[in-house]
Amino acid sequence: MSCCAAGTESAADLERLQSDGPSAEEMWVSSRPLGNGLRQVDLIVPGVHCGACIALIERELPKTPGIDHARVNLSTRRVSVVFSTQDGGGHAEQVLGSLGERLKSLGYPAHLPGGADEAGDPAFRELLKALAVAGFASMNVMLLSVSVWSGAEAATRDLFHWISALIAAPALAYSGRIFFRSAWGALKHGRANMDVPITLGVLLAYAISLHETITHGAHAYFDASVTLLFFLLAGRTLDHMMRERARSAVRNLVRLSPRGAMVIREDGSRDYLALDEIEPGMRLAIAPGDRIPVDGRVVSGRSDMDFAVVNGESAPQRVEPGALAPAGTLNLTGALELEATRNAKTSFLAEMVSMMEAAESGRAGYRRLADRASSIYAPFVHLLALGTFIGWMMVSGDWRMAMMTAVAVLIITCPCALGLAVPVVQVVAAGRLFEHGIMVKDGSAMERLAETDRVVFDKTGTLTRGKPQLVNSATINPDHLALASRIAASSRHPLSQALAAYDRPERDLGEFAITETPGEGVAATTPGGDVYRLGRANFALDGAGQDSRADDTSSQVILSRNGQFLEVFLFSDQLRSGAASAIARLSALGIGSEILSGDREAPVRVLADDLGMRDFTAGVRPRGKVDRVKALASDGGKPLMVGDGLNDAPALSAAHVSMAPASAADVGRTAADFVFLHDSLEAVPLAIEVSRKAGQLIRQNFGLAVLYNMVAVPVAILGYATPLIAALAMSSSSVIVVLNSLRLRRKAQVEAFAQTNSGQEPAAARLTGPAGMQASS
Amino acid sequence: MTNLIFLIPIALFLGGLGLAAFLWSMKSGQYDDLDGAAWRILDDGDDKPDED
Repeated sequence: MSCCAAGTESAADLERLQSDGPSAEEMWVSSRPLGNGLRQVDLIVPGVHCGACIALIERELPKTPGIDHARVNLSTRRVSVVFSTQDGGGHAEQVLGSLGERLKSLGYPAHLPGGADEAGDPAFRELLKALAVAGFASMNVMLLSVSVWSGAEAATRDLFHWISALIAAPALAYSGRIFFRSAWGALKHGRANMDVPITLGVLLAYAISLHETITHGAHAYFDASVTLLFFLLAGRTLDHMMRERARSAVRNLVRLSPRGAMVIREDGSRDYLALDEIEPGMRLAIAPGDRIPVDGRVVSGRSDMDFAVVNGESAPQRVEPGALAPAGTLNLTGALELEATRNAKTSFLAEMVSMMEAAESGRAGYRRLADRASSIYAPFVHLLALGTFIGWMMVSGDWRMAMMTAVAVLIITCPCALGLAVPVVQVVAAGRLFEHGIMVKDGSAMERLAETDRVVFDKTGTLTRGKPQLVNSATINPDHLALASRIAASSRHPLSQALAAYDRPERDLGEFAITETPGEGVAATTPGGDVYRLGRANFALDGAGQDSRADDTSSQVILSRNGQFLEVFLFSDQLRSGAASAIARLSALGIGSEILSGDREAPVRVLADDLGMRDFTAGVRPRGKVDRVKALASDGGKPLMVGDGLNDAPALSAAHVSMAPASAADVGRTAADFVFLHDSLEAVPLAIEVSRKAGQLIRQNFGLAVLYNMVAVPVAILGYATPLIAALAMSSSSVIVVLNSLRLRRKAQVEAFAQTNSGQEPAAARLTGPAGMQASS
Repeated sequence: MTNLIFLIPIALFLGGLGLAAFLWSMKSGQYDDLDGAAWRILDDGDDKPDED
């Protein structure tokens, strides 16, 4: 595949998370009719990153019979495929099946978008339109104002004021309603947010200027009121863009729960039903590689299942008839028949989500920096303006002059710089983090991360890779390794996948007939009649029970020929790259760290010793993790939770702030404030450093705004602020704040620190071997 | 004064035209895929050797 360009690393990271593509039935359920016998399905294709990818997909897909056309959206990494259903449902399924295959063979494995929140982003469109209207109005009004300031005659001035009033009125009504709505909402609840002084300032300025215009006055503030809206809307739009970018990136990762399941009817016929239509008592057919759609009990078949969403551990468990399978767990090796015991709404996944929502109440107490600043600022400004009005009334008795001065105070103090101070810094900081593969959910997360004083790590999948790796490859006979890895390539068992990474497709080992016994191992028969078996000791070896050198921290697989021992392969979970340096870096920042794991005590202790961490707790249930995090918080701490599993999700929501690797379960990713795409744990201290830096800059910006007010407000109170001075002061303070925020872009030491991770990439690249090979075969 | 009667409406009309063009382009989805558009313009679709 000809993919090019810099900046593709994070796409490659996303790709690594790719499981198998969606089934034809799943695509059918998520497709929507367009009329004329055409239907459209939207797929997420994380692999596209350049023009060649677009051209290739748009040219190649329509060559598949039944597909009308395809359109790639590079920004959202999606492709919408329109296909025809003219020949009935069976044909369409065939088309979709070959579509999935085609995408895979082109090297762009696809999956379905998650959730129902797909219909564009109306809030963002509203903001953009409001910004455009405000921009248009402020440009034209400002042009007219400049002519007035350069000394227009009285008649011309009046004419220009009238035109300005006519332009400003609809612009204020249209663009201002975003602020008016929010201010009204706050006032109704007896609070004052940043939007209250904005609304008041803008409306009063317009009203007094209109009065001036009618009475042929010299000063009008039409330009100030529209420009104010324009600046503030720019801040709002930036803020929104940042959050949306991170959100859509997170949304694009693989979902955990399938769209539906194959239901076996009483008469033996099979139907694919959407998730909501599955009722308890129905029988479901689960193929190897499928996720369990709803909680169920195994009726027939045996298999290995990945229960990582429940206990966070990567080692698979054997299931037999009678075993319970919670929703979201992954069937690895054998076909199963399941009897549903619950429907989608009461299943295990749904339960975890509700537990998370309950936990989240603790975090709702946090108020954003901007809100806290405005709760002090807004009443102060109002009192100041009111005081100015009363003062001038007493001194001069001229209500019109007093009103003009009070409005000038409101406009000068209007939190233009404040409104930009926070979003600009956060957008720049989020951009920085994004370059290093860290996505931020919203600005408040960054503020909370800057305060953190203790990091709580989950073990499997967070401090470790959560994937077994071969540890004794150096002492193994290369021929045995080649043979075993070729046999293992046909199995989905995690140990087999780890072994298959050593397979070299170009090497000729002859043909095998491979059969897999779920829960036991894989047998390969050569044309010559030799039987190689790879798996558990009692499966591979004829005399069962011999050679049990299994120790606590590693698992093993045995290769045999005709029942005779050939080789033993030992596996162990590996530390995530950068784990040790991340912990060291955190303590250098004055932040303590600890481990909370659902695993047994021995492996946790070994890991803690390796990393030089003294605090660890083993054998913790999801509830226990929440309790620990809450205990830390109630002692006045601000814990940062870093975890990946579904079992960590409630703790992620309960913590002051949370982070998850992109390989996390999707519920975990949704719960976390930060998601890091790269393999290295260095992301944790890096994110903290950038957040602290951002917090510092925000405070500087507030300081600048206060400084500016200390100069400008006395001038306004004394009545020297003409519209020209107000316009100049307003724009210059905004520009200064923006420039100060941009300083975050050049922070050499953050950069240098992030580059130290790049040395550890090869190990990660090797891990992706099996997935990459499947995709291109 | 008289030339203002022509010039101001013309200025406003031109500005309004720009605004309308922006709103229209947004509505017709031209801002949906900014990254893709940057690549598409480079692709003539006629001078490329076959990739597979």
